[in-house]
Parts: sequence; C-alpha cells; structure tokens
Amino acid sequence: MTIKEIFDTMSYGPAPESNAEALDWLARHDHRFGHFINGSFTAPQALFDSTNPATGKVLAQVSQGSETSVDAAVAAARRAQPKWARLPAHKRAQYLYALARLVQKHARLLAVLETMDNGKPIRESRDIDLPLVARHFYYHAGLAQLAPTELPGMEPLGVCGAVIPWNFPLLMLAWKVAPALAAGNTVVLKPAEYTPLTALLFADISREAGLPPGVLNIVTGDGDTGAALVAHPGVDKIAFTGSTAVGKGIRRATAGTGKALTLELGGKSPYIVFDDADIDSAIEGLVDAIWFNGGQVCCAGSRLLVHEGVADHFHAKLKRRMDGLRIGDPLDKCIDVGAVVDPVQLASITRMVDASDGDKYTADTPLPSGCFYPPTLITGLSAASPLMQEEIFGPVLVSMTFRTPAEAVELANNTRYGLAATVWTENVNLALDIAPKLRAGVVWVNGTNMFDAAAGFGGVRESGFGREGGWEGLLAYLRPSGKAAALKPVAPLPAPKSATVDTLDRTAKLFIGGKQARPDGGYSQPVYGPKGALLGHVGIGNRKDIRNAVEAAQAAKGWGRATAHSRAQILFYIAENLSARAEEFAARLKAQTGSSGTAEVEAAIARLFSYAAWADKFDGAVKSVPIRGVALAMNEPCGVIGALCPDDAPLLGLISVMAPAIAMGNTCVLVPSQPFPLSATDLYQVLETSDLPAGVVNIVTGPHAELAKPLAGHMDIDAVWSFSSTDVSQIIEADSATNLKRTWVNHARARNWFAPDAEGRAFLRHATAVKTVWVPYGE
Amino acid sequence: MTAPSSDMPLSATQLVHLAPDHPPHDRNPGMALDLDWVAGVQANTSAIERRAASLGGRRSVKKDHQAAWLLKAISLIDLTTLSGDDTPGRVQRLCAKARAPVRAETLHALGMEGLTVGAVCVYHDMVETAVRALEGTAIPVAAVSTGFPAGLSPWHLRVQEIRESVAAGAREIDIVISRRHVLTGNWQALYDEMAEMRAACGDAHVKAILATGELGTLRNVARASLICMMAGADFIKTSTGKEGVNATLPVSLTMIRAIRDYQDRTGIKVGYKPAGGISKAKDALLYLALMKDELGHPWLQPDLFRFGASSLLGDIERQLDHHLTGHYSAANRHAMG
Repeated sequence: MTIKEIFDTMSYGPAPESNAEALDWLARHDHRFGHFINGSFTAPQALFDSTNPATGKVLAQVSQGSETSVDAAVAAARRAQPKWARLPAHKRAQYLYALARLVQKHARLLAVLETMDNGKPIRESRDIDLPLVARHFYYHAGLAQLAPTELPGMEPLGVCGAVIPWNFPLLMLAWKVAPALAAGNTVVLKPAEYTPLTALLFADISREAGLPPGVLNIVTGDGDTGAALVAHPGVDKIAFTGSTAVGKGIRRATAGTGKALTLELGGKSPYIVFDDADIDSAIEGLVDAIWFNGGQVCCAGSRLLVHEGVADHFHAKLKRRMDGLRIGDPLDKCIDVGAVVDPVQLASITRMVDASDGDKYTADTPLPSGCFYPPTLITGLSAASPLMQEEIFGPVLVSMTFRTPAEAVELANNTRYGLAATVWTENVNLALDIAPKLRAGVVWVNGTNMFDAAAGFGGVRESGFGREGGWEGLLAYLRPSGKAAALKPVAPLPAPKSATVDTLDRTAKLFIGGKQARPDGGYSQPVYGPKGALLGHVGIGNRKDIRNAVEAAQAAKGWGRATAHSRAQILFYIAENLSARAEEFAARLKAQTGSSGTAEVEAAIARLFSYAAWADKFDGAVKSVPIRGVALAMNEPCGVIGALCPDDAPLLGLISVMAPAIAMGNTCVLVPSQPFPLSATDLYQVLETSDLPAGVVNIVTGPHAELAKPLAGHMDIDAVWSFSSTDVSQIIEADSATNLKRTWVNHARARNWFAPDAEGRAFLRHATAVKTVWVPYGE
Repeated sequence: MTAPSSDMPLSATQLVHLAPDHPPHDRNPGMALDLDWVAGVQANTSAIERRAASLGGRRSVKKDHQAAWLLKAISLIDLTTLSGDDTPGRVQRLCAKARAPVRAETLHALGMEGLTVGAVCVYHDMVETAVRALEGTAIPVAAVSTGFPAGLSPWHLRVQEIRESVAAGAREIDIVISRRHVLTGNWQALYDEMAEMRAACGDAHVKAILATGELGTLRNVARASLICMMAGADFIKTSTGKEGVNATLPVSLTMIRAIRDYQDRTGIKVGYKPAGGISKAKDALLYLALMKDELGHPWLQPDLFRFGASSLLGDIERQLDHHLTGHYSAANRHAMG
C-alpha cells in the first residue's frame, strides 16, 4: 500500500511488539525446562510442548511433573519453611518488595512471554496483568511487614500448594505466591499445562531477589501433576483457581486431611443494565467484561441482563461495537481480541455455541484463521437455555431481558455460581440497593473487571470460597498458633439396669420453623443421667427433619435484612431470658453430666452478650484501591448455616455456635450435643419467648454420624460447621462438594469452650462472606 | 430534507453502520427541540474517563501507516491564529503555511503533493486578508464569531458579526454558545440562540463552540451537544482555546457519542472539532483512532472532522522527517506558520 492509499483508506496497519527478548530467554534455556525446585532448575525430562496458540508454533518444551518431582518440591519447601517463617517480618517484606521491583524491571519481557504462551493481546498483558502483578507483590510486602503486629496469635500454615489456570498465568501466580510468602509459608506451584512459561521466567527472576532456595518451587505438568500435589501429605494448604468441576474434585480429595483449602472457580456472572444507565459506557464495559482475554475470565460478565424497554436499542448498539473489535495477532498493539488459549478450548466454545438455541450474532470483523473465535452475542434465550447457565469461557455473550429491579436480582441470582456481578445505572439508590442483593463475591457498579490487591476477590456458591487480596486474603494463609489436643468421643450415658423415672412425662421435640415438631421417623431415644435417672426422651432426627429445618431456615432469611441493632436486641433478650432461668438450666446440665452447670450457664449468658455486642460492630471496610471511588468490603451473612454442635459443653457449645451465626444475620440448623441434648431442647423455650423470628434457629436432635451427611450434601445450605466429637470432618468436607458450601470442621481436635478464643472474630469471619462492592464515582 | 420526528422508535436497522465509503452528506437541518431526549442523556464520568485512558493502549499505528495518518491529520487542521496582536502580515504567513504545510521535498517523497490544511481560522478583522491570501486554493477561511471567546457581547451585535464575517468571505463560522444557558438549564434559550446563529450563517457552515471547560460536567457537555445539533449546528467544537481546560479525550468521547446518537435518530452527520491542547503528533493519532472507532471513516474527512490547533503542525512535520530519514528532526528545519 502506498502512503496515499493508506491516506485514503485510513486503515490500521500492523503494529507488532517485538518478541526478540522473549525468544532470547527461551533460547538461553535451550527451549527446554525442568522444574524449579530448591532454587534451581532440574534437568528437563518427560517433556511436553508449550505452544503459541496464535501461531501453533512450539515455544518450548517443559517437564511433566511426576509424584517424585512433586515430592522433591514439597520436601524443599518443607525444609525452607521454618527458617522463612522465623525471619523478621521486615525481612520477608524486603523479599516481596524485591520481587515487585523485579517484576517491574522485567515487565515487558514477562508481558510478551505471557502473550506468546497464552494468546491474550499484548495490550492486556502489558497494561493490565503486569501492573496488577507488581501491585500484588508491593501490597503484600506491606502485609508481610504488618502481619505480626496486626494479626497476633496467628502462624503460617506451612507448605502451600498452588494450582493455577491458564487464563492469567502470571497474575494467578502472584495471587497465590504473594500472600503465602507474606504470611511465612513456602510454596509449591503448579502452573497450567498450556501456560507454564511465565511461571518459569518468574522463578528464574526470583533468584535475582535472592529468595532463599525452597521458598518458591514450580513444578510443571498436567492435571495428574496437580492431583499429585493436592494429594501430597506434606502439603498444608491447597489454593486452587480453575474450573468448578476440578475444584469439586479437589474438595473431595482433600476432605478430612486437615489441609486448608481455598477455591476460586467458575462463574456465569450477570451484567445488569438498567434503562437509566449510560448506555454507551455500559457497552464499552461489556467489551472489558466479555471480550477481555477473549472471555476466558472466571468473572467475565457473560450473562447480559438488560431492561426490556431499552433492550433492542442496546443490542443494536452493542452489535455495532462488536463489529469494531479487531481480532488477530496478540502481539499486535492494535488488537482487541487475541487467540483462544488452545485448540481444545476453541473446540469446546464452538461445540457449546453450535448446540445453543437463540439468535446468534457474530461480529462483522475479519477473523484470522487458526485458534481464534469471533465475538458473539446470543439473544432470545430463556433462563433455562443451557448457555444461560453454563460457563462458556470464550468471547460469547448471552442476553436476556428483565422488567423490574426485583426481577433483575432474581434472574441474576438464578445460577449455581456467585463470583461477580456488574450493575449499570445512574441511580445511586438503585445501585446500592441491588449490590447487597446479588449473590456474588464482587459487585462492580458502573464498571467491570476492576481488580486490586487491597480488595478481596472470590466467590460464593459454586464459584468457590476464600478471598484473594486484602487482609481477608492473607488470613487464608494463617491459622491460630498452637496445636489443639485430640478430641475424645463423648459418649451418652448408658441405660441403667433400672432407671429412676419421674412420673410426669417430659418429651423434648425438634424445633423447626418456630414450632415444636415430632421427628419425621417417629423414633425417640431416652436420655439418662449419671445416676440412672431417665431425664426424658429426644427425637431421633433424620434427613427429612433436616430438609424441613433447612426449608424453615431458608424461609426465615429476612433475618439477614433485619437491622444489626434489632438482631443485637434479640440476642440480649435471649440472654436475659436465659438468665431468668439460669438455675433451671444449671440443674439440667448437672442432671445430664453430673457436674455443676452454674459456670456453663454464666458463660453462655456472657457469650450471648458478646455476640449481641458484636452484631452491630463487625464492620466492613473501605479499601484503599487506586481508583476515584470506593471499594466497600461488606461482611454479609453466609445464608443458612448447618452446625453439629459440641458434644461437650451442651449449652455453652450450642450458644457459641448459634450466637455468632445469628448475630451476623444467618439462619441456622443446629444439631445439638448428641449425648446431652436436653439443654438445647430446653433452650427453644427460651428462644420462643425472646422474639426470635420463626425459622432463624432450628434444632434437630439426633446422631451426628447420621445427620452430618444430609447437612453436608444439602444444596440449599451455604455453610456447615462441625464441632462434634464424632469425627465427621471427612464426610462433611467431601459431601460439601455437592454445592461447594463452606465448611468449618474440627478434624477431631478439641476446643475449650470456656476459653477467650472460643468466641470473637474467628467465629464472625466464618459466619460471614466478604463482598467487595466497587463504586467508582465522579460527575 | 426534514428532520424525522423525535419520538421515532429506535430499531437496529436505523442505526447507521460505520462503513468505510464516504458519500457526501447533507447539511444538518436541525430538528424540533426534544427536551425528553435531553433529559434522558446520561454520561458516566468515571466510565468515560476509563475508556479514554485506555484508548492509547488499544490503538497503535506504525511506520507507513503512521506517516499516512499524520498527513491525514494535517489535512484536518484548522490552522489558527487568534491573538490580539494578529496583523495582516502574520495572517498572510499563516495562510502560506496552510497552502504548503510541509516541505515540498517531504511531500514529494511521501507521494502526497498538493496536501493542504483543512482551513484557516482567524478573527473577523482578518477574514478578508486570509481569503485573499488563500485565493486559488480550496482552503476555506473560518471566522470565530459572536463575541468570541466569552460570547457576552450584545445579542444583535453577535448575530451581526456572523453576517459581516460571511459577507467578508468566511465559509465557516465558529460561534460560541452562552454557557449560562447550559449552567442554568435554560435549554430553550440555548436552542433558540443556536438556531438564530445558524440562520445568520446562511450557506456558511457553523461550528458551535461549547466551551466544555466551563460547563461543569460531562452530562452538561452531552446535553449542550444535543441541543446545538437539534438547532442545526454543522459541527460541534469543544473549546475556544481560551478556557482553562480545552479539548480532552473524555469530553471528546462524550461529544462524539452525542453525534452518533443524533445520527442514529435523524440520519444526519454532524462534524466534530476538538480545539486547544492538541499539540503532539501522538495526540493527533489518538484522536483519529477515536473518530475512526467511534464514528467511522466519514469522520476522518475535513467535512466532518477538524483539529483546532496552532502548534500541532510543527510536531507532525518533525515526525514525518523522522519517518523519512530515521533521524529525529528539529523545529528550525521547518518553515514557520
């Protein structure tokens, strides 16, 4: 083309970013990589290709990690961990600061290599991924510095295994490595099979920071390598980002092992546009929501919900914008959408879209041959359409309409997932009303895909649990110091040869939906005192009683919308009414256990006071994110919490579980102490007289081993806790994978329910989920 | 051509597609004032700023394409002098530069002989001088008018000034709106003012200067843009160059979105002129990319897009020199305007 011809057509020409430095680095390593273990690269072996999806050319060969290589990496991490944890906080902060600086110094090399390995446009790796990576290390240098003084009584978990995806290879490395190291852990990281190269480059660079050998280890490989890392007994925590299916597998694989787990999984995040939105800006937001990284983003705004009255206009404008997207060579600085990561993913996208109903619109823009998929909009779908429910992980947007704000919320929440949500409206009342109602870990108002190290990121429901970023993210890499004693099973007292029987029958019932209910199965069991007295009978609850209790708890969810002040009032009132019957409750404790119950009743009343106090004081935060606007970290209730209460401390244990749950706005299904259930069944009379709305607390007596399973597997329970002396931790963690509810189990470790650490922030954190609401502002 | 009624339903087929061809377009006849439309205007400042801030990272033109784009930018410049010390000699020198904006050998090497700027922009008193100096070329003379830059002289004088500039040979009139009408929400007054100024221009094209730096909010910028188009502006223009803040990318994005909406609703293309503060070749490329992506090829032609600039040309010349020689150039190697 002559200059005159370009002058007339004003076409964009090629604007390639040089890949010479990246190719040099690959050549210096002979295009073959071993693992990075204990500060150096192992000899390459069992090699597989890492290809550039945009060209199909092999970039390098990397090693398939075996159980042996995982073992070596974990051993190196284990050796390095005590010394790393013992370093003064300031020293760890210096290392993280050095890593941040090195990321900046090598930013272009890392960005170019990322684009070559992954296929994302250089604009994104250069302007978004790399700055976020550097920011993450800077921020966590600060957290490393402050953690010991700000989070006293906590210690690192030990060796953290990280398994990360291919969509943000280096950024996900940063999200795992920075908090783990800041907290004093060492790391074994397995990058994705498709995109291992920037992790290896990062490992190479980390030596320039003088990072002690073994603190960071990289083992490359496929899913088998990841599984070996997950299964390794020397790993104390698994942090996983990836698909929901694999996340569920990891939940089951780690169940009962005592390994800490955080999962950041898939999504089908709603993108809600109200009729008063700045439509052009909302459309530009969609470009950043679903065509950012070709839609291969866990939190992609992939489900457009648009106000019916403006839908046709919106779709027409959107299609025109789609036509302006430029697809092609990811290294070109004038490209909007790059390559799909791998032909396997391309085939998956193609298959899903081809099988879908609805009106499909493909962007009218040149599509290069190879591993590319055109920006696509599918309208005319219903909530039942598979693509409205299933994550596509490609540049495909599906769209539906709504009529009212309430319907928008209902449609938005009509999903298994709960990662992110986007809301566009110029009405601040509407935006701030909708944001808390959306079931998501992150809500963006009038913007999308905003991230920062200071702001927690993570999901609810089948999008996983745990937060990354902020103090809440750091806590996922720490645990309370010290090791608890083993918890011995607490057995019910045996039936005497001849029981002492009070002639007046006392039959404790279940407490469901504010009513006393007979057990569904029609079976009861006697409860005997230490001296052979028949104290009464309790119902043997079964899975149907659990079902009924969960339904009642779901129906009572308005409790979460009550003001914290009124929840506090009711907790005080429960304490007051319990106090009025203190002697009776103390006597009942003594009758069941043989020991004086006075101190336990007093402790229970004090605990109710504590959580009445906390109800309106477990404040969220405004995060210092680098935008003009606010990022609100809101502590929201989990929803419905099912809990197997402590067998020891029959009253105090139950109160210690119930009170933080309801103080934070959850409703709950409590299975009381199995051997000593009568304090719980007495308590419902106190609850009945304390203005607690029906269904907020439900009590189902019965055998813990039987009831753990229906609780853990129930799809409409959001969290399950177990402090039972029956060791059900494995069952609960394994079955929680059905809907990826959060779990908090004791792994057969004892807890002193009278101790100060049996109440407070740890309980409140488990009773809440942090939702980060981003609200940029400015007129 | 009559303006379509404002309550015409919007549909996909009505949205104008950004086609690369460029048929001549009709002048904007204006339309009845539609206050519902104005009231419904939304402009989310943060989102607009984010889009504007990321644009530079999304678009890049290199090598021959960059040279061609910079030459295009030259063809779109309203070469401007608006100083109290302007003299006929100064204006003649500017007009000479307008005829030959780049060294002849450079243009020859690039195969772009005959390239001129888009227009010359002067005060009323310099119109005749400029018209004479540009005889034999197609370069129009634009006059800033209506009590430029504040627009606060008596109304009849402002209208009369337009007529006299047109009579003196100005083919384009850059008017300033009454900012107070925007700031007080007096949309009817703004519409009436604009319509009357448009009428006074006759066959001369009218560019409405919004003085966006004095309108307070992007929402006001969007509303004022719409009103001026409804009242028949051929171009909407950001600034006089005399406000504290002149052309910015967020303001530009807001105004060109309004232009697109107006075209979607009426089928009429209205031009855009950012003015003030665009002095670097790199900035010019960014604006061209913005116009191309948001409005399409027709807005890369002088009948629908101009840069109001005085020092931009010098930077572009240096960049073109660099393109040809591979060496960075110096200002003294290029003729003064």
